[in-house]
Amino acid sequence: MTPSRRRFTRDRQGSFHPRLSPEERQLLEGLPAQAQELLATGDQSTKRLFPVAYPDDPAAEREYQALVGESLLDHHRHALDCLAQTASAETVGLGELEQWMGAFEVLRLVLGTQLDVTEDMSSIDPEDPRAPGLALYGYLSLLQEEVVAALAGVLPDVKDDR
Amino acid sequence: MTTTQPVEVDLPRGGEEVHPDRPWLVIVWNDPVNLMSYVTYVFQKLFGYSHDKATKLMLDVHHKGRAVVSSGPRERAEIDVARLHEHGLWATMEQSE
Repeated sequence: MTPSRRRFTRDRQGSFHPRLSPEERQLLEGLPAQAQELLATGDQSTKRLFPVAYPDDPAAEREYQALVGESLLDHHRHALDCLAQTASAETVGLGELEQWMGAFEVLRLVLGTQLDVTEDMSSIDPEDPRAPGLALYGYLSLLQEEVVAALAGVLPDVKDDR
Repeated sequence: MTTTQPVEVDLPRGGEEVHPDRPWLVIVWNDPVNLMSYVTYVFQKLFGYSHDKATKLMLDVHHKGRAVVSSGPRERAEIDVARLHEHGLWATMEQSE
């Protein structure tokens, strides 16, 4: 599925213009607070945000968590804050759009865990009690795709050594 | 860590052997949430890989369930794992056999 117009276009000054309705912007302003609350209480649905680095070495894992756990939490919180604060902005900078991508990632991981999603979520059964959540998940996936397309457009062109 | 004069000791067989020379492998595992385009982008962004190389690694993760995305000294590997975790990817590290 390719939308006829991209959601995030870049102008000549390098700013990105989110093409979002007022209702969408309102939604994106409000969602981060819900995720922040789950993070603050260490809810089970946030566990995917803190993966295990050393699955076979509990001592090394404890050291890793002590070293990076807090900054990883800050990283996720910062992305959510940025989305909440700039969701209504006419234009966002590259750094802000990267934070939006991080916020969509956090929201999708939390929602995906809550809904216990599988790889194929292309069709939603309207009778499924998870249908509203899955619709939101699908919407955030679309936005994530769009942000990635916009950000991939400004990556340096790297060629493989032959 | 300290250094001591070499002495004859009986090393335990098959126990906790340390091989500081063997590189550490950073492994990304498949998961049902992360988008293929996103994973490719993250590999390009974090490691400076070409789109082709990043896509190949992403497809390895998708089809084989895991892929080694970088390797090196333990400290370096740990930084890579932490950056992948910041991006929501399921990354682990282990010393190569």
